[in-house]
Amino acid sequence: MSDHLFVGKSVPRTIEADKVTGRAIYIDDMKRPGMLYGKILYSKYAHAKIKSIDTSKAEKLPGVRAVLTGYDIPDARVGFLKDQTVLKKDVVRQFRDEVAAVAAISPEIAEEACRLIEVEYEQLPGVFDPFEAMKEGAPLVHEVDARGRPTKSNILPLPWKFNAGDIEQGRKDSAFTVKDTVSTTWVNQCCMGTSGCIAEFDQNNNLTLYNQTNVIFGHVGRISEYFAQIGLKGKKIRIVNAIVGGSFGTKLDTDIYEFISIQLALKTRKPVKILFTREEEFKALPPRQPAIFDIEQGCDKEGNLTFRKVEAVLDNGAYTSWGATTPSVMLMPMSSLYRVPNVFFQATCVYTNNIYCQAMRGYGNPQATFAVETSMDTLAEAAGIDPLEFRMINRNHPGDETPMRLKITSCGFEECINAVKEKLNWSEKKGTKKGRGVGMASLIHVAGGARVTRSDGHGIMVKVNEFGQVDVIESGTDQGQGSPTVITQIVAEALGVRPEDISLTFGDTALALWDAGTHASRHTFMAGNAAIMACEKAKRQILDMAVEHMPKIIKGGFKRKKRKDPDFVEPDLDYGLIADPEDLDIRDRMIFAKKNPDHPHFRIPVSQILREGLLGSGESKVVVAEEFYDPPTEMLDREFKGNLSQTYAFGTSGVEVEVDEKTGEVKIVNLVAAHDVGKAMNPTLLLGQIYGAAYTGVGYGLTEEIKVVNGRVMNPGFRDYQMLTAMDVVPVEPVVVEPGDEDGPYGAKGVGEPGLVPTAPAIANAVYDAIGVRIKDLPITPEKVLAALKERGDVC
Amino acid sequence: MKKVSVSFTLNGDAVTAEVPVTWTLLKTLREHFELTGAKEGCGVGECGACTVIVDGEAVNSCLYPIFEIEGKSVTTIEGLANEDGTLNPIQQAFLENNGVQCGFCTSGMIMSAKGLLDHNPEPTEDEIRSSIAGNFCRCTGYVQIVEAIDMAAKTLK
Ligand code: FES
Ligand code: FES
Repeated sequence: MSDHLFVGKSVPRTIEADKVTGRAIYIDDMKRPGMLYGKILYSKYAHAKIKSIDTSKAEKLPGVRAVLTGYDIPDARVGFLKDQTVLKKDVVRQFRDEVAAVAAISPEIAEEACRLIEVEYEQLPGVFDPFEAMKEGAPLVHEVDARGRPTKSNILPLPWKFNAGDIEQGRKDSAFTVKDTVSTTWVNQCCMGTSGCIAEFDQNNNLTLYNQTNVIFGHVGRISEYFAQIGLKGKKIRIVNAIVGGSFGTKLDTDIYEFISIQLALKTRKPVKILFTREEEFKALPPRQPAIFDIEQGCDKEGNLTFRKVEAVLDNGAYTSWGATTPSVMLMPMSSLYRVPNVFFQATCVYTNNIYCQAMRGYGNPQATFAVETSMDTLAEAAGIDPLEFRMINRNHPGDETPMRLKITSCGFEECINAVKEKLNWSEKKGTKKGRGVGMASLIHVAGGARVTRSDGHGIMVKVNEFGQVDVIESGTDQGQGSPTVITQIVAEALGVRPEDISLTFGDTALALWDAGTHASRHTFMAGNAAIMACEKAKRQILDMAVEHMPKIIKGGFKRKKRKDPDFVEPDLDYGLIADPEDLDIRDRMIFAKKNPDHPHFRIPVSQILREGLLGSGESKVVVAEEFYDPPTEMLDREFKGNLSQTYAFGTSGVEVEVDEKTGEVKIVNLVAAHDVGKAMNPTLLLGQIYGAAYTGVGYGLTEEIKVVNGRVMNPGFRDYQMLTAMDVVPVEPVVVEPGDEDGPYGAKGVGEPGLVPTAPAIANAVYDAIGVRIKDLPITPEKVLAALKERGDVC
Repeated sequence: MKKVSVSFTLNGDAVTAEVPVTWTLLKTLREHFELTGAKEGCGVGECGACTVIVDGEAVNSCLYPIFEIEGKSVTTIEGLANEDGTLNPIQQAFLENNGVQCGFCTSGMIMSAKGLLDHNPEPTEDEIRSSIAGNFCRCTGYVQIVEAIDMAAKTLK
């Protein structure tokens, strides 16, 4: 391992230098000739009938090129459950419902035109609480389902029910049991670059969508389904990504504004750009899915978990995006975080007239882990076991197969717990109270792909030109995670060239092979494996050429020398050393004989062989190789069981807090973030993932919350939405555990999401240790802390 | 729409622009001069993605009325690299220390850092943090940005 030139080194992000000079082109910066600007008019009510829409004034405004309502375009249904149309007609079901859209020559004119659209509504009763929405007689959010059949309830037809082992047996085996209700709320992904796209049709109605999605081929799939419904079946769709200003889940689904830009472009025959304002980003972009859990766990006298039973209710909002599928990821911590033999998990998603939800970093894992880790602490206390010891007893081990049938291979869980113990000085600090306390929480997450679609493949193409320069066509998306650098390191290592020889192209469906998406912390693992394999193929092509040309080149050199110097005697070389491609290798741009790497004659620059191979004496040849890596994993079966990832990440966060009992403020004194990453491909970049995720996790734990009152987002701006700033100093101490993963590229596993997952529950557990009250509802705001302290005082 | 003509210095060059009077400095930089390095992250002075230097001070250009720029000197991220095209030490430090991830906040971060280091070549961590208090970043958790600015300060000395 140690002889790697690039892998495992903190190679700087030089390949991304455009991001520090203002040259990087984000969707905000993109313009197309003749481009128009689209704006969306949203609903005024959370639930209402549309009585009439009058667009005549808007249409007359100079500079306006198109005004569309739901009455002007086909009724095509979109979304995960096909439960909405692009522009809404007849009924609006949430404040962000798109009622009309305008294309104009400037964003200002488009906005003004939106103001001129007159919509008459008749308000309908709304339902804003999932428990209310489940009651009989509650107003129905949808009167009919996607197929037009009348609905009876607001409960979504999604079968999230998991059963393994026998809960009753688990109960019988328990010496201690606990029950808790915990809840999490809406949080916004807060990408610094807001949502946006440009739709452009050519003369033949083929679409190019300039975009920033992290699932470029998923986009093609969804848009082609839409095309089939609107008379554009078979038309080609090309997604071209700009540089992505953060993603964190927001670019997983194809959002309604994208379909609107397509409709406006179709209507006007011009490229149409829609770019969200920050206010829209808060009001009209689906946030993280909130959830309420009833969790019950038991353990025997020795502290071994006996069962875990969880019922979750998810406020789905008015329509369905990926938020409703977060239970598929919740299942992972529910069934497989710690060894637990008997598991029941059920999630009920309920329509309300609130904002609907989607993915955010970690998918449902942060929510679910908050539930599990809150319960782990209360159970440890009930059993009279130190919470850290309790977790150590129940930790996962390499070689385990979990109730969900996840096959645990590399697993540095024990090291992570021990790291927290040592770095936090756990034994000394635990239980001292007086406003200072320690807490911990752990995580499991997919780290070797996630088979959520039939193919979990990732395609990559590597071509090498006659100068030894390498083009890598990547099917993934760089959303800031550092892939341009890490994939460059891997390609440089695997092919034997230097990072500066390599260019990468991301996010263009016309160039790239298929990819399941840059999600689920899968990119380094999947693209890394694909890159290594493609590079091996390309390398073999180069070495085949070398076998053909090396002897000629070497002998030619001797001949020339001899012409210059008649006394020169051609050395007697063993050309057998370079007669077989297997005997050759490439490192740092040089081809050499493996058996004698320092041979004075058998070393030749790659570029020389490549030029000779293309333009020299032999048959002209180019070097290009591709690989489509699809790991040997399983899709979840009907019971939601299956080994969906080739490996899993583990980690433990330990937090020390100081709680001001007068103000209710929680201050993080220390946050140890220990992560099993397989192998650090680029230690500096890896730390960036851990720091960033930990910070977002602290926000989730302490400050962040979209305040939704009767369906309306009350804090749609940074001023009122409390994302952490540089002044919120959180001393994060990362600990990188590197057991090496035999299936990972150079031993690496995914790490993008994990850092966020255990942070909030670790904080909650530390707050309990500090002041003896447990906050089970995120975020842990000063108000909640004070209220809990007060309640405890009342009880005493 | 009523227009205004303004003359000022932009990245060392004397420039004049005639733009609608309602435009901000950010809009003028991005639309008129096609300098798109400064970003609009919020448009209302809350995120710092639009930070540029005006007469030596880091400001939110999204709040800066264009008519107030008359006679002043503006430096944007595009004007930061050395004349030979090599990177300014702050830019270099951001690359080396992973102070940049998605990069959307980066132009603003770097300009705030420049605003600080021009006045205070040896800032403490607290001073670095306050200088970017108005610059939001979702990717990095600020840690490596603070380290990058510290690294740049040491190089510049
Ligand atoms: S865009 Fe100027 S502060 Fe956000
Ligand atoms: S690097 Fe993405 S917001 Fe700062």
